[in-house]
Amino acid sequence: MRGALHMIVYALFFYLFAGVCIASAIMVVASRNPVYSVLFLILAFVNASGLFMLMGAEFLAMILVVVYVGAVAVLFLFVVMMLDVDFAELRQGALQYLPIGTLVGIVLLAELLLVVGAWAIAPHVADVIAAPIPPFYSVSNTEALGQVLYTRYVYFFQVAGVILLVAMIGAIVLTLRHKPNIKRQDVSQQVARTKADAIEVVKVKSGQGLS
Amino acid sequence: MSETFAVRELVPVLPEIVLVLGAMTLLMVGAFRGERAVASINWMAILLLIAAGAIIVLLPAERMESFGGSFVLESYARFLKLLALIGSATAMLMSLDYLEREQQNRFEYPILILLSTAGMLMLISAGDLIALYLGLELMSLSLYVVAAINRDSVRSTEAGLKYFVLGALSSGMLLYGASLIYGFTGSVNFAAIAKASANGGIGLVFGLVFLFAGFCFKVSAVPFHMWTPDVYEGAPTPITAFFAAAPKVAGIAMFMRVAIDAFPNIVPQWQQIVIFVAIASMLLGAFAAIGQRNIKRLMAYSSIGHMGFALVGLAAGTMQGVQGVLVYMAIYVAMTLGTFACILSMRRDGKMVEEISDLAGLARTNPAMAFFLAMLLFSLAGIPPLAGFFAKFYVFLAAIQAGLFTLAVIGVLASVVGAYYYLMIIKIMYFDEAARPFEPMPYQLKAVLAVSGLFNVLFFVYPRPLVEAASAAAKSLF
Repeated sequence: MRGALHMIVYALFFYLFAGVCIASAIMVVASRNPVYSVLFLILAFVNASGLFMLMGAEFLAMILVVVYVGAVAVLFLFVVMMLDVDFAELRQGALQYLPIGTLVGIVLLAELLLVVGAWAIAPHVADVIAAPIPPFYSVSNTEALGQVLYTRYVYFFQVAGVILLVAMIGAIVLTLRHKPNIKRQDVSQQVARTKADAIEVVKVKSGQGLS
Repeated sequence: MSETFAVRELVPVLPEIVLVLGAMTLLMVGAFRGERAVASINWMAILLLIAAGAIIVLLPAERMESFGGSFVLESYARFLKLLALIGSATAMLMSLDYLEREQQNRFEYPILILLSTAGMLMLISAGDLIALYLGLELMSLSLYVVAAINRDSVRSTEAGLKYFVLGALSSGMLLYGASLIYGFTGSVNFAAIAKASANGGIGLVFGLVFLFAGFCFKVSAVPFHMWTPDVYEGAPTPITAFFAAAPKVAGIAMFMRVAIDAFPNIVPQWQQIVIFVAIASMLLGAFAAIGQRNIKRLMAYSSIGHMGFALVGLAAGTMQGVQGVLVYMAIYVAMTLGTFACILSMRRDGKMVEEISDLAGLARTNPAMAFFLAMLLFSLAGIPPLAGFFAKFYVFLAAIQAGLFTLAVIGVLASVVGAYYYLMIIKIMYFDEAARPFEPMPYQLKAVLAVSGLFNVLFFVYPRPLVEAASAAAKSLF
């Protein structure tokens, strides 16, 4: 009896998260105001992380919220608010591409259905699994990832770091400009100032002023 | 349960470690010393590339695996890594004079070249799909940035943006294919994929098609070649020379390794893709180049065609085929770098000129350069007894031995058509009214041109070392 109730609650949450996720994904594309689009995007992310939670992948769920909601979506929001992009104008041409776009989409969907319909996992899969996933009651997700991330997958981890370094160098190379006539704070110069070169005492005769 | 990690696993990765750590050190030097250190950073970068090559030669010769098979080093990887390093170091050497004259001397440029080369080496050694993707992204991300490095030029930034957007699209396709393959076989390791895919299956082939589409983009094979002419024309010329040599080697290397290592059980399925791509690339390379007036665009179409010829060897799917591709890539790199040494010295009144008509009458104004360029163009066209002929000979021989007669015949016809536009340039150089002479060639370009020209002319005298090295490398892949 308890098992059945558990299943029902599970299914209810699944349909809640999945439904809201799809609805908000549609709203991201459909809403006229770009700020609303970004907010719906955040809603979609949060619901997707709920789906991950249901599957027992709590680490992925948290990462999704922290990285995508906390960093990426906020960045989007900044960009949308700071740049004066007229999204309504950008979307003007979209309608004329709609028929051909739908056609391509339908063809692709049909093909994918055909493939998934005939899908069969290769028979020898069990022999080739490199690192079996430890059962979830013995270690948590995070611990299981931690066990392999810095040992077996240290190479991937390090190379991913180098890729981020390249992204950083690239962003700096392509955008940093040294403007010659800009006024910057120079602490050492400020400290080195003395009374002699900062203040000048001028005797002003009354009624004449400074020329 | 917990995995262990031994320091000796780092031994095969030593060249990559040297390049990456060296690049970071030079980055620090550049950040603190600024523009004053640019010249020394450029030379240090070349030395680092040479050092990485020396380490590859000195490492023990047997097959080595690290990180649970994610990183593989055998004769195949060694051969291609040395080739990629030679390509990068030469391109770097050729850019020194250009960067100084065009006031483009930025210390980030050699660092990005180093990191991109490290990505190529990782790509060549990748033993599973994750390592392959990471190597590919490291290589490509640096390439996108160097394409746009002349950020005050509209053409350069357009080239960088175009390359970036289309490259991201192709990475997406590649990843989609990789995820399908993982879903089907339960592993990302090439050997495990080969084991699990003994019976084939629609899911696997579907993933394979997406994966190969991504590869074709990276080696600029038809129908994923559209970015090539625009990027080659827009990027600064020494960077175009870099694009045309080393990344192509790495791209072909990953293409072959995945096809041979991961999918040996479904050869007919991928063979038909490679045959189509090879034919389309050869024909497009031959016909589309005819109307070009800009020599960098012409070289772009020429490189598309050459990738088609190289893929003929892979289409054979045999050891001879792989050997042919390896020889082809070595000779291709030599020819391309030599030709770009000439293009880089097309300079009048302190400005680069890029039209083919600017070469008019070069035989009278600079006979030595005209002679070497003519030899390189004859070689690119595949005229015996120059090196380019042997390159094509080996791949076509492998195709015929594998029974792919139609492919070989179309290839020969395409190379005949392609010969037209190479010969056209030679005609312009030797028989047209002489234009004003170019400025004298800097010594680095002279050296590169002389070495590559002599290699092309004299290859037939003693081809054994290269052919035998390629044969040993091909054997280690199977």
